[in-house]
Amino acid sequence: MLFLLLLGISLLLTIQSHSYHRSKVINSANGITGGVYEKIHSFYEFMNLKSENEGLAAENALLKSLLYNQSDSINKFDQDPLNIENDYVVIQSKVIKNSYSIHENFLTINTGRAKGVKPFMGVVNSKGIVGIVDITSKNYATVVSVLNTKSKINAKIKKSNHFGTLTWNGKNTGFVQLIDIPRLASVKRGDTIVTGAQSVFPENISIGTIHKIYIDTESNLFTMDVKLFNDMTSLGHVYVIENKNREELEELEAQIKDE
Amino acid sequence: MNSTFLTNIFRFILLLAIQVVIFNHFDFLKYINPYPYILFILLYPVNGNRYGLLLASFFLGLFMDMFSDSGGVHAAGCVTLAYFRPAFFKFSFGLSYEYQTVRINDRLTPERFSFLLISVLTHHLILFLLEIFRFSFFWDILLRTFLSSIFTLILCISLIYLFKPVKK
Repeated sequence: MLFLLLLGISLLLTIQSHSYHRSKVINSANGITGGVYEKIHSFYEFMNLKSENEGLAAENALLKSLLYNQSDSINKFDQDPLNIENDYVVIQSKVIKNSYSIHENFLTINTGRAKGVKPFMGVVNSKGIVGIVDITSKNYATVVSVLNTKSKINAKIKKSNHFGTLTWNGKNTGFVQLIDIPRLASVKRGDTIVTGAQSVFPENISIGTIHKIYIDTESNLFTMDVKLFNDMTSLGHVYVIENKNREELEELEAQIKDE
Repeated sequence: MNSTFLTNIFRFILLLAIQVVIFNHFDFLKYINPYPYILFILLYPVNGNRYGLLLASFFLGLFMDMFSDSGGVHAAGCVTLAYFRPAFFKFSFGLSYEYQTVRINDRLTPERFSFLLISVLTHHLILFLLEIFRFSFFWDILLRTFLSSIFTLILCISLIYLFKPVKK
């Protein structure tokens, strides 16, 4: 009897975890697991100081070059996650637990409600997108990685502005899939994919390049393998982005659906 | 409070800790992880309290789930393994087995190996079945179960040898 009860509880938790809005109890954003991961991370961080510093220096150089080359104020920065135009608030954070070996991967970051992190905020780093905040506690938050088969992110082809949805088929940590691109879109290998209309993420944050194009047999739309700019197996400093207009945008979109 | 009880608590914490700190970062070929923490269930005294084992396994799995954000998959795998453990004993050590004399943490014999193998395979199959949760990934589930089982088995045997009680 006890066996059936315990098995029942675990199956319930499992099924809950497979829906996008997950169990609020069993997650790594709580004080115990967050604290343990923080400790482990501080060790790994020390080991990776050099490459982290190089990454940050490279990003600084890129930002400086954008700053110096800005010829007139109408031109806005293109691929810059730090571009704050008051609509966006950027919170600096660090990944303390990374996961990429299973189908539904979650990261844990070391900022939480206390620093203003809320669910559905976007997480990016210097190379591109990382994921979307899922559950927050006081000092920690879990992030739905782009390497999660449940993840759905609005993305577009930079050149032609064709929109699609970014998903992951659970196979390779270096590639994600862009689906539902209309057949009339002219695409070719090597084109850049960026985030689409601003909602969770600001527009035009880089994601990756098209690696392979094929036609979906069911929907007859294009599906593409996108090679990520980011190495999702090695993440350090990240930025959590809050879009202050997101709720307004979503309200508006919900109104359209109701009518 | 006897020493077996304390040994088990110590084993619970130690195995959980090394699993989280070391083995979860194994990531061989980017996705293969061994799970030697189930040694706790395998090494639990043969004549120990069954309900105690079920409850302990459940919480062991639940802690693993907490650390790896996986809902209840580890808990389900551990509870199932704990429940079927006596049956596996019977299968591996024959019908004439005497509960009191079976020891897992001793020299590796074919019986012990088959017990470890069946247990690890059962746990991993349930684990990956629930974790992936889609039948379209059937071969992927089998592949992961198979590869992870090999690593877990090797690690389990090495850990048993490492911490083998001193011969008197």
